[in-house]
Amino acid sequence: MVRIFGMLIGLFFTGWMLVTFVLGANEYVTNPPVKAVEYQFHLEPKEASFKSDGPLGKFDRQQLQRGFQVYKEVCAACHSLRLVAFRNLEELGYNEDEVKAIAANWPIPTPDIDPATGEMSSRPSLAADKFPKPFANDVAAGAANNNAIPPDLSLITKARHGGAPYIYSLLTGYQDPPAELPESSRPGPGLHYNPYFPNLNLAMASPIAGDDMVSYSDGTAATVDQMAMDVSAFLIWSAEPKLEERHQLGWAVIGFLLIATILAYLSFRTIWADVKAEKKKKEA
Amino acid sequence: MSFPWAKHYTPSTEFGQWMDEKLPLPRFVYNSLGAGYPAPRNLNYMWNFGSLAGIFLVVQIVTGIILAMHYAANADIAFDSVEHIMRDVNSGWMFRYAHANGASFFFMAIYLHIGRGLYYGSYKAPREMIWLLGVVIYLLAMATAFMGYVLPWGQMSFWGAKVITGLFEAIPLVGTPIQELLLGGFAPDNAALNRFFSLHYLLPFMIVGVIILHIWALHIPGSNNPTGVDVKGPQDTVPFHPYYTAKDGWTLGLALIFFSIMLFFMPNFLGHAENYIPANPLSTPANIVPEWYFWPWYAILRAFTVDFLFIPAKLLGVLAMFSAILVWFFLPWLDKSPVRSGGYRPLFKKFFWFGLIPCIAVLGYCGGAHAEEPFVMMSQIATAYYFAHFLIILPLLSSFEKPEPLPNSITEAVTGKPLEQAS
Ligand code: HEC
Ligand code: HEM
Repeated sequence: MVRIFGMLIGLFFTGWMLVTFVLGANEYVTNPPVKAVEYQFHLEPKEASFKSDGPLGKFDRQQLQRGFQVYKEVCAACHSLRLVAFRNLEELGYNEDEVKAIAANWPIPTPDIDPATGEMSSRPSLAADKFPKPFANDVAAGAANNNAIPPDLSLITKARHGGAPYIYSLLTGYQDPPAELPESSRPGPGLHYNPYFPNLNLAMASPIAGDDMVSYSDGTAATVDQMAMDVSAFLIWSAEPKLEERHQLGWAVIGFLLIATILAYLSFRTIWADVKAEKKKKEA
Repeated sequence: MSFPWAKHYTPSTEFGQWMDEKLPLPRFVYNSLGAGYPAPRNLNYMWNFGSLAGIFLVVQIVTGIILAMHYAANADIAFDSVEHIMRDVNSGWMFRYAHANGASFFFMAIYLHIGRGLYYGSYKAPREMIWLLGVVIYLLAMATAFMGYVLPWGQMSFWGAKVITGLFEAIPLVGTPIQELLLGGFAPDNAALNRFFSLHYLLPFMIVGVIILHIWALHIPGSNNPTGVDVKGPQDTVPFHPYYTAKDGWTLGLALIFFSIMLFFMPNFLGHAENYIPANPLSTPANIVPEWYFWPWYAILRAFTVDFLFIPAKLLGVLAMFSAILVWFFLPWLDKSPVRSGGYRPLFKKFFWFGLIPCIAVLGYCGGAHAEEPFVMMSQIATAYYFAHFLIILPLLSSFEKPEPLPNSITEAVTGKPLEQAS
């Protein structure tokens, strides 16, 4: 019985799949699907390598500080970094006082209302505070940015396919739309063409528009490329602050496991020696 | 337990003796995982994945309990609580990555374990009950992993929950009430997150329970082996401990090395970038796909694109997806060939390696790809083969195939010398 029912069900599913396939294949041949415009113009991220890449990767703290400077002076006007606290900046090599000084320059809204004016009041941030958001809420963020809400950057390198090289490519990839780009895919009002962005046009104007937008205290030349690399490196850190700890622990654990596995393998060979010996005789 | 020549437990200490009289737990362990369980001497490395799956279940439970100490099942803060684990909790990043990657390793072990059973006919008499319980474990594990993936409340968590619970809508009459019961509402929200967390905590322990039954059922006939031939005498077996504990032990080390490479050096390789974006009901991700271990079933679901008379394509897809797993329950009665091991079944072997395995690979690939051509057509062919394999080819093969001669005994297969009955 099971087999008869089974065969009937099997014939039904198999048969209907084959019918569906034939219909679909016919449609595919007579009416081949056209690739969306995005596919023709979209570019994969450029090659970009960072000191933190690979199992031996470590952060370049000098670069992270430069990247933080770019975030602070450029991106922070629009993008929040809500998961990172000022105290975390010590991991970039700033000392406690420097961190306090950085925080103090960053006013944070408080729940109080100024009794004289009725306005929301604010206080300087403390090291323990998370980075304050540039806009009070999403409505304000959208209103200031042509209805597009600038995403939080804390996790951005893990939240986008292509990771940090994608961020770098996006920041350095703005260009004039190619002449052959169809009208429907041209940037509308307030949008900017960037072939690295999945649907080609985004609401953020090129944020790093020219060289020397920031001046680095360590003397590094602030070219567009350099600033884009630096801020991408900083965003790798903000998304994965435990990266170095993870790499280091990884080597220790794998080293331990290698030794343990070799010992376990040797004892396995010893224990099985008698049973294996019988088998050998057969082969001989 | 199983064979008369099994070693007997004799407590060596006074405490052991005392314990054995009051609660013979050590005896129980000795007989199920120790020297008291005689196992075929010729088990190959495919027999290592059962215990490996068990160990990864333990890894999931231990890391999961630690995560649950810091996780907050509330839609407003769930995402941030996971980031709190990643950033502020001591070694929290390690537990979180171990849990997320541990699920993949658990399923990898389970799949190899199931594949072993399919090839060597471990589902056949007298081991049907072991197989049925195994399928139950697999179903529970899928439910557990699905609900676990919802907990971090990222974009893929939310939209995955929405798509999968939305499948129930396709079922007439009872579908929508079932969906609302699962979600505790009309769309995934705080209520859904809470019940998923509760069930995600519960189900692994139910899995543990079913595993105990699975092993209990195993010890009645004893393990199958690569020849599929029954154990006939003491020379055919070795005591589980130390032989198989040593073998499982060193391969466990190997598996943990691979696990550590993933965990420490590429922890997000198997994840989805979208899940690092907090859930947003207003923005649909471009490609909603589940975790890799669900891809084959997801491909079957999406392969059905044409209505059949009055049955809508979506319902067909749902029925097919569930049937694809449910056929496993009937496998012992679909494949009636008396020969267990695929090694001695010339036709079965061909259909297995050149039919089923490529079919699952294609389904897996297409299930993770965008639902567009040519992937849909590829999954349609593979789905057709999948059902044909289990429901048509296997039943027919068992009637027509002429198996190769079997060895007289395991010992003969291994040493070339006949088994002396008395030894
Ligand atoms: C004037 C405001 C503004 C500034 C300054 C700004 N951005 Fe943006 N950014 C936006 C807006 C608005 C969006 C959303 C674009 C969209 O979705 O179309 C965005 C989007 C992004 C994205 C997401 C792209 C994606 O894949 O979705 C990244 C990454 C990004 N910005 C990085 C940066 C970095 C790094 C800086 C500093 C160097 C920066 N932005 C400075 C407004 C800004
Ligand atoms: C069969 C066993 C289990 C499997 C397959 C499993 C699977 C998963 C998966 C896939 C996730 C999502 C991971 C991510 O992407 O972040 C998850 C999250 C979670 N699981 Fe489990 N799990 C299991 C057992 C458990 C147990 C026993 C507990 C608790 C006692 C638990 C607690 C949690 C918690 C708190 C989360 C949310 C934190 C996070 O997302 O990292 N899990 N689980």
